[in-house]
Amino acid sequence: MSNKMHIKLNVNGKDEEFLAEPRELLIYTLRERLNITGPHIGCETSHCGACTVTIDGKSVKSCTMFVAQASGKAVTTIEGIGGPDALHPLQEAFKEHHGLQCGYCTPGMITRATKLLEEIPNPTEEEIRFGMAGNICRCTGYQNIVKSIQAAATEMNAAKEAAE
Amino acid sequence: MKDEVDTREDRVANLKGMGCSRKRVEDARFTQGKGNYVDDIKLDGMLFGDFVRSPYAHARITSINTEAALKVPGVLAVLTAADLEPLGLHWMPTLAGDKQMVLADGKVLFQGQEVAFVVAEDRYAAADGIELVEVEYEELPVIVDPFEALQSDVVLREDLVGEDGSIPAGAHGPRKHHNHIFTWEAGDKAPTEEVIANAEVVAEESMYYHRTHPCPLETCGCVASMDKVNGKLTLWGTFQAPHAIRTVVSLISGIEEHNIRVISPDIGGGFGNKVGAYPGYVCSVVASIVTGKPVKWIEDRMDNLMTTAFARDYHMTGKISATKEGKITGLHCHVTADHGGFDACADPTKFPAGFMNICTGSYDIPTAFLEVDGVYTNKAPGGVSYRCSFRVTEAVYFIERMIEVLAIKLNMDAAELRRINFIKKEQFPYTAALGWEYDSGDYHTAWEKALTTVDYEGLRAEQAQRVEDFKAGKTRKLMGIGLSFFTEIVGAGPVKNCDILGLGMFDSCEIRIHPTGSAIARLGTISQGQGHATTFAQILASEIGLSADSITIEEGDTDTAPYGLGTYGSRSTPVAGAATAMAGRKIRAKAQMIAAYLLEVHDNDVEFDVDRFVVKGAPEKFKTMKEIAFAAYNQAIPGLEPGLEAVSYYDPPNMTYPFGAYVCVMDIDVDTGVPEIRRFYALDDCGTRINPMIIEGQVHGGLTEALAVALGQEIAYDDMGNVKTGTLMDFFLPTAWEVPNYETDFTVTPSPHHPIGAKGVGESPHVGGVPCFSNAVQDAFRPFGNTHTNMPHDHWRIWRTANELGLHD
Repeated sequence: MSNKMHIKLNVNGKDEEFLAEPRELLIYTLRERLNITGPHIGCETSHCGACTVTIDGKSVKSCTMFVAQASGKAVTTIEGIGGPDALHPLQEAFKEHHGLQCGYCTPGMITRATKLLEEIPNPTEEEIRFGMAGNICRCTGYQNIVKSIQAAATEMNAAKEAAE
Repeated sequence: MKDEVDTREDRVANLKGMGCSRKRVEDARFTQGKGNYVDDIKLDGMLFGDFVRSPYAHARITSINTEAALKVPGVLAVLTAADLEPLGLHWMPTLAGDKQMVLADGKVLFQGQEVAFVVAEDRYAAADGIELVEVEYEELPVIVDPFEALQSDVVLREDLVGEDGSIPAGAHGPRKHHNHIFTWEAGDKAPTEEVIANAEVVAEESMYYHRTHPCPLETCGCVASMDKVNGKLTLWGTFQAPHAIRTVVSLISGIEEHNIRVISPDIGGGFGNKVGAYPGYVCSVVASIVTGKPVKWIEDRMDNLMTTAFARDYHMTGKISATKEGKITGLHCHVTADHGGFDACADPTKFPAGFMNICTGSYDIPTAFLEVDGVYTNKAPGGVSYRCSFRVTEAVYFIERMIEVLAIKLNMDAAELRRINFIKKEQFPYTAALGWEYDSGDYHTAWEKALTTVDYEGLRAEQAQRVEDFKAGKTRKLMGIGLSFFTEIVGAGPVKNCDILGLGMFDSCEIRIHPTGSAIARLGTISQGQGHATTFAQILASEIGLSADSITIEEGDTDTAPYGLGTYGSRSTPVAGAATAMAGRKIRAKAQMIAAYLLEVHDNDVEFDVDRFVVKGAPEKFKTMKEIAFAAYNQAIPGLEPGLEAVSYYDPPNMTYPFGAYVCVMDIDVDTGVPEIRRFYALDDCGTRINPMIIEGQVHGGLTEALAVALGQEIAYDDMGNVKTGTLMDFFLPTAWEVPNYETDFTVTPSPHHPIGAKGVGESPHVGGVPCFSNAVQDAFRPFGNTHTNMPHDHWRIWRTANELGLHD
């Protein structure tokens, strides 16, 4: 496996450049090469969504994408969504509405929810449940996740209105 | 100082103590992706280990050739049983008194069994190495059915049969057959059989509680690091019981316990999966000793579902007798328990079938008998308590199905049948026929509240109309009303009868108050999402009068935390929560002496009030706990040592018995078999409530895991012992799309023997939820002659039931 590929990525606003085997999965690039451990591994089959990141505006499960497929693209993980100085409204809402327990699904869940709210800024409960169905949570039963996303949507829409 | 002018109400609010929905302190790091799970750990020079696993369920191994694998760039070592044998580590003790192979020793007993451990520089190199380990197998007959196992000449465990073919007794007494593990009995056999033989009405049913799996989103894993310079082993891992792991590692490795440090970092859900000791842990430790480098092992999802910690797999047969009026007179239960290739169940030593003997449920049943036969088969070992106390989900499912079956036999309403048989409030503490002493309960109040809230009579009227409409061809949807009333038995447990591998099941808390009036408390438990850092601080806040926001809770590091048996079986609040309160009371007792000294009065002349000690009758004279903490360290007080610390090891006098009343309303499309949950009402009584927000969250989650198990989740095998549900493609985990909103409610019946009256809640919704969902499905078909069908009620099985009842004709 010596045929390494030249990969260029932008992760959370930072340019990265390295050589990688063609078989290297994006999740390992993030977690092991770049020490970005927010995205987690839960199933290796695209079912659980713990590894969800955003690539060029779309939610992607990074456990089943080769890093070579992401080359030249911009990747956003939970680390690029909000930090201690400025939490994203979704991060605030998950804390406020008990939208997490063990926390393992949470980075993927919030990362997916940021895209959902871009796709549908004011979703119904049904739209949230359908739009989040690619992310599995074993702890919460989803009720408070739905509530958190609804609360964040309200918050974000109010902020947008105030800005206009 | 601000708090001196606040009202008493403000001071109580500032504490954020018991009873308030305090926001979780864990969430800041988790929402920012800054949790620290075991796979996030990265050490200098760290290697990665992974297993060669058996494709066969039963086979002899004739050879293992590691030559080609060792030539793979990056592969450093390949361990087999032959390498572990000189260390005595090729087998290890299980929690159930059996032993299991760490690496296949001459044969394999289940598909996915660990055969060799490849150690490499990274996981890709390890995977390449695994591909090139050549193992030759000679297939043996496979047995996946425990009834067949008890008849078969095929010996699964040759190590447990004498050379002359004799069958030596096991850890739990005599064995009847070479594939038999134990027979365990509770209650009175002859009187129960007599009562049933002479009863006016007897209902009988056989049911299979299928094999499933806890499947936390994070799989199991560890990092072992042997520091050869200092002789110290550090083991990070997904351990629900870190101290027990330290003791087990010490016992089997010979490394002295003080030289072993076990750390459970953040754990991504446990649900029972992370209680046991697995071959991956042992192999990682050995590999670290051999290579001198840290070694990480992380299961993938298939490894997880196929090999570590199945749950359930109980074949249960029941007889329940009653008078014509519906008063239950006796209960008989027999279980054939499929334990797989090794008996690795995680139960207290004296209870090889866990607390299955809680199977008389919430009912005043005068006579009962339980017999459980454990059996070896060619399936994975485990038998863990998946989101329940030991085998309690099986017990509650059994009795809540038997009640429904009896109601059908009596042609009686199932809610009424429960009502006339509940243990009455004034009977507590109540000693059940199978031996347990229930601490407290008020079942009738909870039941009436539940039935009234859902308008039970209205639902039954609607259901009757639906049946008419269905028969008239106006609808193809049936309506089911699922009922369940459960009593849990949690908080294991009293050391006099509860131990695991000889380790008493007490738990502990150690508190240090800092001079400026904040504190750190360490416990023998470990959170896997339950929010211990939030709730245990609330218990302490109420006990010692410092704000929960000023108290750090730390768990999971055996070098710093006091010894305890960990978190599973809803034991954290009943046992470690009690230890926390008791340690807090020791702090308060010393604080009282300090306050009295500072206020220049006798010890008995001051009393505790929220966050301070006040002089009795003179509330303007007081010392706050913050002032007392400072004085404890900085003022010479005659007769008292400096400092303010306490530790408590709590041996509970009894289990706690949470209970609840659940109602599920379901519509079932008979042509597609799709169930639609219209309403789910859950009333839980977990005694004193510490944090209502967290309780509700636990209930939502437990109900969702119950929905999964009842409606589709299953570890299924084919006749060759192949696992048919080894990925999330086939193993059902509900998504937001399949899950309803739940209505939660409560009553409060404190535990009389627990220092704060709390009983534990994390597992109740799973225990009560499974029969409730199942009963709803079964109830929908009751008007058409259904008595019982086995779970999981997936779409196909529901469709099949409808078909068998002639509803498609």
